[in-house]
Amino acid sequence: MILLVLIITPFVAALILAFIGDRRFAPTINIFCSFLTLMAAVALAIEVYKHGPIIAGGKFFFVDAFSVYLSVLTAFVSMTTAVFSRGYMQREREHGRVGHVRMRFYHAMFQMFMFAMLLCLLTNNIGVLWISMELATLSTVLLVSLYRTPNAIEAAWKYFILCGVGIAQALFGTVLLYFAAEKVIGEGGEALLWTNLIGVSGSLEPTVLSLAFVFLVVGYGTKVGLVPLHNWLPDAHSEGPTPISAVLSGLLLNIALYALVRCKVLVDGSTHTHYAGNIMMGFGIVSIVVASFSILRQKDIKRMFSYSSIEHMGIATFAFGLGGSIATFGALLHMLMHSLTKSSIFFTVGHACQMHRTQEIARIKGLFQGDPFVGWSLMLGAMAIAGMPPFGIFTSEFLILTATIKDVPLLAPFILIGLAVAFAGLLRKVQYMVSGDMPSYFEPIKTARAPVIFHMAMVLVLAFYIPGFLNKWFQAAVELLK
Amino acid sequence: MNLQVLAQVNSFLAALVLLTAFAMLSQRKINSLVTLFAWQGLFLSINTAVVGFVASKHHLYISSLLTLSIKVILLPYILHVLVVRLKIRKEVETIVNIPTTMLIGIALVIFSYHLTAPVREMSTLITRSTLAVALATVMIGLLMMITRKHAVTQIIGFLAMENGLFFAATSATYGMPLVVELGVALDVLIAAFIFGIFFFHISTTFDSLSVEQMESLREDN
Repeated sequence: MILLVLIITPFVAALILAFIGDRRFAPTINIFCSFLTLMAAVALAIEVYKHGPIIAGGKFFFVDAFSVYLSVLTAFVSMTTAVFSRGYMQREREHGRVGHVRMRFYHAMFQMFMFAMLLCLLTNNIGVLWISMELATLSTVLLVSLYRTPNAIEAAWKYFILCGVGIAQALFGTVLLYFAAEKVIGEGGEALLWTNLIGVSGSLEPTVLSLAFVFLVVGYGTKVGLVPLHNWLPDAHSEGPTPISAVLSGLLLNIALYALVRCKVLVDGSTHTHYAGNIMMGFGIVSIVVASFSILRQKDIKRMFSYSSIEHMGIATFAFGLGGSIATFGALLHMLMHSLTKSSIFFTVGHACQMHRTQEIARIKGLFQGDPFVGWSLMLGAMAIAGMPPFGIFTSEFLILTATIKDVPLLAPFILIGLAVAFAGLLRKVQYMVSGDMPSYFEPIKTARAPVIFHMAMVLVLAFYIPGFLNKWFQAAVELLK
Repeated sequence: MNLQVLAQVNSFLAALVLLTAFAMLSQRKINSLVTLFAWQGLFLSINTAVVGFVASKHHLYISSLLTLSIKVILLPYILHVLVVRLKIRKEVETIVNIPTTMLIGIALVIFSYHLTAPVREMSTLITRSTLAVALATVMIGLLMMITRKHAVTQIIGFLAMENGLFFAATSATYGMPLVVELGVALDVLIAAFIFGIFFFHISTTFDSLSVEQMESLREDN
């Protein structure tokens, strides 16, 4: 029941927002619906906490510890993003970058995107998982091109084409998976249900699943933004509106990784080797190293932070590939921390860009002086994302590094170099932007502080104390995934 | 009709799908490209119906009808209207010349046969031999997307890939469950809607649909 409310709310919200269009209260409805979704997600989480995994709707839905924590995270970040986007998009309209029609479209598609992501997390059917992943891409493509500048259209086209190609490979992988499953489970929808597949994964044909995983990793890996399949990501993140950058970076990448990890569990069950893990570790390491060096060369602030997203997704992918309890726990925590920190950074970056009317790092200066709140939250956010204690990313990276040094010590230097380079690159550029005198074109704006404060407080608290329920979910997910 | 004949019909249709894929690779005119795409969809649709008859899987008839209405009628129609509306007369520009792409295409077919060998050995379906053709169609669609500079040809490559995927599902497993097929069809429709909008945006912003001009978002600028 509560599951239905959770999945239907964003869908209905999308319809309502498409219908009422660009009214004065549309952003408030957007926030209110996101809040309802969050409440439903929390209620569902409590249910799963009390009674364990839920299978519902004729086995169509399946919620376990892994998907429920991501659902709550998705609902939470989408709500704070909705709060942030109210003021932000209002100013974008005053600056003349969007009109009535596009604002209507923006709100409706924002909720549609939430619907697609929640469907991804809650469905039990790996075919539907693929469909909703594609829906998540499609609903954001036109949001990336919302400003209709040549660059925005180019970015959206790249996003559309590259993710379309990528996701097509994932469908081929899903077909192969179905082919193997059908032999064991029999024909029909039953053979695509994850709960059925996991039960018989030992008897699925290993050669077919190995082949399927190659396609799945290329497909979903494109959406995770793994190097060398990452070309769309910095463009889409930097050219779209900032609230969209925040949810793309903070949520969509997580969901894609979720899909990949679900498939990996099946492949592992079948092959009984570390084959799938090795592939993921390889992609992870390459992503960490390439992305961290790319951070150094960026001139656009949003591009810089999107490379940082690639780096962090690389770390999480690597850790899931490595397996074992500590690394998997670290990866789950890392997904949570990265999502909270990165979306908070994008909120701040959005404010900073509006104050300077530019995304160019060289033209953003004197934030400490111009707006101390934005200045400090950018500085602290950059420190957190670079992995400095006392923030949560330090904890998760520490766990992952510990596991790496124990299991594959030869790979640890690569991660350390990546982290160090990213650290230096991010802090050097952020240092430049926050210090100095504010330029003449600086224009103070009213900032939305609550989302940033909430996110950063959570990142800080979770570094020291992981509450019992979160720990229980993580342990349950670790049991499933390691 | 006995199974032997039907298996032959199936292989023959698979050959036709592959043939249209190659024809699309060699085609220079965008209008003819759209027509070829419609033909490929038609062969696919007939093939799905034949497989549905052989395996007595009734949901395949629905997929066959879906393919017919979306990929043979609706999408080619939309593409055709767009080509006329946006006054696209230019010939397709390629990054790699056409004979070379054809050779790469042949290599991709051989590669597909090699890659799907383990699956073929395990399958007992009469359609198993066509799985390699399906993968080859996907690969050729991908090749088309990479080697063409025009937005419309990239989209046709994308849709040809989708055709290949659908073909793969029919030949490897007698089709995916209906809920998945319907969802995929819906996604293709939404995608069609989106690229339609895109064509207008691109042509008004860049004055042409050639994606060559879209090169400002690069690392070294």
